[in-house]
Amino acid sequence: MSAVTTTVTEDTANPYALSHLDSLESEAVHIFREVAGEFERPVILFSGGKDSIVMLHLALKAFAPAPVPFTLLHVDTGHNFPEVLEYRDRTVKKHGLRLHVASVQEYIDAGKLRERPDGTRNPLQTVPLTEAIQQHRFDAVFGGGRRDEEKARAKERVFSLRDEFSQWDPRRQRPELWQLYNGRHAPGEHVRVFPISNWTELDVWQYIEREGIELPEIYFAHEREVFSRNGMWLTAGGWGGPKEHEPVQTRLVRYRTVGDMSCTGAVDSDATTLDAVITEIAASRLTERGATRADDKMSEAAMEDRKREGYF
Amino acid sequence: MTTTAEQLSATTLLRFATAGSVDDGKSTLVGRLLHDSKSVLTDQLEAVEQVSLSRGQEAPDLALLTDGLRAEREQGITIDVAYRYFATARRRFILADTPGHVQYTRNMVTGASTAELAVVLVDARNGVVEQTRRHAAVAALLRVPHVVLAVNKMDLVDYAEPVFAAIAEEFTAYAASLGVPEITAIPISALAGDNVVEPSAHMDWYGGPTVLEHLETVPVSHDLTACHARFPVQYVIRPQTAEHPDYRGYAGQIAAGVFRVGEAVSVLPSGRTTTITGIDALGESVDIAWAPQSVTLRLADDIDISRGDLIAPAADVPPVTQDVEATVCHVADQPLSVGQRVLLKHTTRTVKAIVKDIPSRLTLDDLSQHPAPGQLVANDIGRVVVRTAEPLALDTYADSRRTGSFLLIDPADGTTLSAGMAGTAFAAATEPVAADDDAEWDF
Repeated sequence: MSAVTTTVTEDTANPYALSHLDSLESEAVHIFREVAGEFERPVILFSGGKDSIVMLHLALKAFAPAPVPFTLLHVDTGHNFPEVLEYRDRTVKKHGLRLHVASVQEYIDAGKLRERPDGTRNPLQTVPLTEAIQQHRFDAVFGGGRRDEEKARAKERVFSLRDEFSQWDPRRQRPELWQLYNGRHAPGEHVRVFPISNWTELDVWQYIEREGIELPEIYFAHEREVFSRNGMWLTAGGWGGPKEHEPVQTRLVRYRTVGDMSCTGAVDSDATTLDAVITEIAASRLTERGATRADDKMSEAAMEDRKREGYF
Repeated sequence: MTTTAEQLSATTLLRFATAGSVDDGKSTLVGRLLHDSKSVLTDQLEAVEQVSLSRGQEAPDLALLTDGLRAEREQGITIDVAYRYFATARRRFILADTPGHVQYTRNMVTGASTAELAVVLVDARNGVVEQTRRHAAVAALLRVPHVVLAVNKMDLVDYAEPVFAAIAEEFTAYAASLGVPEITAIPISALAGDNVVEPSAHMDWYGGPTVLEHLETVPVSHDLTACHARFPVQYVIRPQTAEHPDYRGYAGQIAAGVFRVGEAVSVLPSGRTTTITGIDALGESVDIAWAPQSVTLRLADDIDISRGDLIAPAADVPPVTQDVEATVCHVADQPLSVGQRVLLKHTTRTVKAIVKDIPSRLTLDDLSQHPAPGQLVANDIGRVVVRTAEPLALDTYADSRRTGSFLLIDPADGTTLSAGMAGTAFAAATEPVAADDDAEWDF
């Protein structure tokens, strides 16, 4: 950025200029309220990960002093981090919310889903998710997906219509004009809604800091027993790792994303505070998914293919 | 680049759109902005290098960074708007990356609808061509406040000032005649990197900003005191709890202007008048709030207000009407016909409507109006007259992009049919009517 001159911009002098965080917050709140105004049975996908935590925080602000007019849904892979599940339950209780849980383990136990040879359960979430949507007749499903995460997600609308099979057809999306979101859908169809589409990973962290939002501890550096697989540090545990040739070691690590333990990697880090995390992310040369998600590396169109089937 | 947390949070947000066909070097420009602002990270670049290599290409194909869908990679074209994010120490950017192909006018309209600035690319060797005029017309139609003309491939015309000056003059005259308020012309080479992020060493004669410098400094907030204040009611907040037994707030995002506690306001379409007694800005009580803040208004009187109503200063209300005259861009594959029953979504209000007339269709090439086309098909831009079942508090699009815009929706299957802009099409254009309606329409 050496070539950029540093004159004072007009914005700093304009009292009506909103900071980028205020703009993003205002837009997300608008989207939450649109859904509340137009849909019968909305639900927020809540995993206890930072993006869904920020979404819940935005929903709380959007309807204050009234309670959030939505229930929550978590698709539990059975391989989730215990600290995150504890955080999830504590948060639900604190705000007097109602949580639905769709369990991948129950589907496997009932013989409706089969464990994959690689042990990854992330792709297995699609069936319990879409069946829960049908069963509860949810007509709007909030997700914390961000367009900066992945190039297929860069094509995603804020309001994204899904057919009765929850499928996404990227070539048949409604153009999204101004701030006019079209949520019309037929019975059986639903709309996936992404209020933080326009946020980046850094925006999420800065917002967490500004708002003083509590996070599960695994987002901050801590000593942890991990082993190396496919160039990532995976947490040792009952989910199936490590194998014999994968020695376990104790390292100072933290997580950039929270997902299934079998495919979510930790990064070496000594960032124990929000400030340190933000500094680390601003300097990182890796995207969060590139650094920590094994399932996106499977093929060039891995995300697009999963999204077409109904995944987020 | 070392950036502290405080510097990062002090930044503002600029939404902008690019327009230009692939041959003009749009992908290269976008790639260079992302790359030179260090927004392409190592793993993304490695993925692109890997795929380029497996296809036998020598250099990484930066278009792979932006072509996100299987079909796009297979066909080597961009088929849909995508949104990109990058940042400098001074500003965050949301780029609506819109395909330049002629048949995708609707995509540029989509990208331009939320843009504060549009970058129109021109190949220095070809100058202003039909496609350039279309892009300028869309930017003018959507009333994008700032337009940048990026005269690309200056390296291929020996960085010659007269080439640039002639193109800039022709474009500026054309765009100004359409009412584009601000035009900035910049000579660049996206491939060589001249004047994109770094100033060019080859064009001493150019004293203006680079593309990035301009993006960083262009004003994003307007003089709100000159705007008509508008507040579409989104949702009524009534906790009815022990703690808040009597709280009744009207939630919404301020569409334009400023609202203050104590101000006399009217509620439309009913016309009832009351006073603002409180403004809650997401948990904090404030005396003043402005666009585009999401807030909750509390009013002195318990009058009947619901989603779809509009709150405006009592002294400055918009006209209320059931007859809408507008320019629309048709965005659906199914046509829009005279006599068709539709839904009209305006701010937070959706009403039944009927298309009474389609007086003309516009060709962007020469801005001629072709009378009575009967229907509009995908990517057509035309004038329509719509009658609504209920009154709307509708501004002209020229006065307010947010309260002068609307969607037409197919009530049968929910398809978004058209994007509408109330009032006249261009700020200052002569709109010649063509003598006859020939059948060749390609935009």
